[in-house]
Amino acid sequence: MKARTLFEKVWDAHVVEPETAETPAVLYVDLHLVHEVTSPQAFDVLRERKLRVRRPERTIATMDHSIPTTPGSKRFAIADPQAAAQLRRLEENCAEFDIELHALGTEGQGIVHIIGPELGLTQPGHTIVCGDSHTSTHGAFGALAFGVGTSEVGHVLATQCVLQRKARTLEVRVDGQLRPGVTAKDLILAVIARIGVGGGTGHVLEYTGSAVRALSMEQRMTVCNMSIEAGARAGMIAPDDTTFEYLAKTPRAPKGAAWDRALASWRALPSDAGAAYHRAVAIDGSALEPMITYGTNPGMALPLGGRVPDPAAIPDAAARASLEKALRYMDLRPGQPLLGQEINVVFIGSCTNSRIEDLRGAASVLRGRKVAKGVRVLVVPGSRRVKHAAEAEGLDRVFSDAGAEWREPGCSMCIAMNGDQLEPGQYAVSTSNRNFEGRQGKGGRTFLASPLTAAAAAVAGRIADPRELAR
Amino acid sequence: MEPIRRIVARTVVLPQRDVDTDQIIPARYLKTTERTGLGQALFADWRYDKDGKPRPEFPLNQPEAQGAGVLVAGANFGCGSSREHAPWALRDFGFRAVVSSSIADIFRSNALKNGLVPVVLDAEAHQKLLASPGAQVTIDLETRTLAADGLTAPFPLDPFARHCLMNGIDELGFLVSQSRAIDAWEEAACAR
Repeated sequence: MKARTLFEKVWDAHVVEPETAETPAVLYVDLHLVHEVTSPQAFDVLRERKLRVRRPERTIATMDHSIPTTPGSKRFAIADPQAAAQLRRLEENCAEFDIELHALGTEGQGIVHIIGPELGLTQPGHTIVCGDSHTSTHGAFGALAFGVGTSEVGHVLATQCVLQRKARTLEVRVDGQLRPGVTAKDLILAVIARIGVGGGTGHVLEYTGSAVRALSMEQRMTVCNMSIEAGARAGMIAPDDTTFEYLAKTPRAPKGAAWDRALASWRALPSDAGAAYHRAVAIDGSALEPMITYGTNPGMALPLGGRVPDPAAIPDAAARASLEKALRYMDLRPGQPLLGQEINVVFIGSCTNSRIEDLRGAASVLRGRKVAKGVRVLVVPGSRRVKHAAEAEGLDRVFSDAGAEWREPGCSMCIAMNGDQLEPGQYAVSTSNRNFEGRQGKGGRTFLASPLTAAAAAVAGRIADPRELAR
Repeated sequence: MEPIRRIVARTVVLPQRDVDTDQIIPARYLKTTERTGLGQALFADWRYDKDGKPRPEFPLNQPEAQGAGVLVAGANFGCGSSREHAPWALRDFGFRAVVSSSIADIFRSNALKNGLVPVVLDAEAHQKLLASPGAQVTIDLETRTLAADGLTAPFPLDPFARHCLMNGIDELGFLVSQSRAIDAWEEAACAR
């Protein structure tokens, strides 16, 4: 049999009807994740067409995007009536269509891409979709996971299938050992800077190499999460013992004999020797530095010690115009060092970096230190389980003692839908995934970085190197 | 959906590349539970100043943009968030096609489901259109070509997407018609 990649194996196993020149493939979806923002119109379509949800048991919903993360906030005691109505609509839709919902205030609630893995619902070899582009996160387990729009949310609710053309594959090989202070966030920012924000369009990325193998599951999720920031359809990492050890501890992974059967199938998933990718890039992991963005897309990133690039040095007119516009928005000068740039806000959270290891990393920098005067620091755990785990370790005290806000779980300042937002002109160092204009609040300016770098900025009140604080 | 065979309209040019869906419609407008009325939020942070007044220099606010039906944008249009509110807002404003040298995957897929035709041209044809705002263009789905003064350029369009657009068919109907095959697949998967 032809040598196949991980992507091809998962794809082949879910083809209900193969693609032809005339029609795309009908692809079966194992797990459908639903949240309040991209689902209401899809449920309306079901009602209009008198359709039911085909597999409610393969569908799981949570509230994350538009909820407040104010400490102690009560269910639906929400200042924004439109957000409250949207959340109520999700409750009504889940009740009507018999879908498991992890509502605000319940133990299972959290960011959709945090709760799937922590429940053990995200499993190797699965196909997973959600009306959210960061669905790529789940590829860390060797699942084929991608974001869809609201129309496709409706397709999956009604038929448990999506129509897809098979993507091309791009191997991103990262070998070597990451140096101390260099995290998965730095690795993925370096990958996006290398291939560009449109570099992965039409492709599924598979991350391979010794540096990727050495990552924990949480770090792998950070990497796969930002695959979409390179324009990729999905990002995947082959499952291995690290994956299986993580899953064995989750409540809803298979148990007993079912586990043994699942494990045997999972072990057959990694790409075969000699399997061909359409494209490949190689990155030396041992040469990576902590990274930070300076512009208005995630590809505009530099090593922390770098200087803002000069548009005048860019020959391509469109790229030059894009950089000029970004620097105007960010109010940064060509040649300016990023270290030392004053900041107003630090956000530690989002589906990229709000898991327990991320919080431990940030806490390791903040322990025994104080947030710089005048800087607001928001720490937003990704889920209620993460919040409780952090509190059991005393991390909440570390953050509070340092002067940071310890908040309730949700998307918070990553998408700025719920009141957690920058003021116009403010600078933030953020562990989230998008530095687009206005993403964290109209007129706000975002530097994307790792939890370590974000915590170092919190202490210094300016962009700082966490390795200096570790010394 | 209404069948689309040909689009004859004038262009508006937004030359920036990597226009993300947060610019097309900022997240604060996503609290709606409707699909309609989003045209007023289209490009809100670029279109209006801090007092909510239209910025005259923004291409969509210029007099010749009124009634335009085709948006010509820089490369990698529609990157970022999967929000279908982006094509909903573009359609509601009156756009029927988006032209670029590359279009992000999820946006392209969402556009097709809403009668917004994604037209990807080669670099040369794209440059010509970027340089001629207000050009009258004809986008023909039958021949998969875009024609403007002195320019005829082919563009790729998936045969299935084209069939759906030209016949006003939506993909949900097609998928629902596959239910026997889906039943069979599920039965076989259970047996494995």
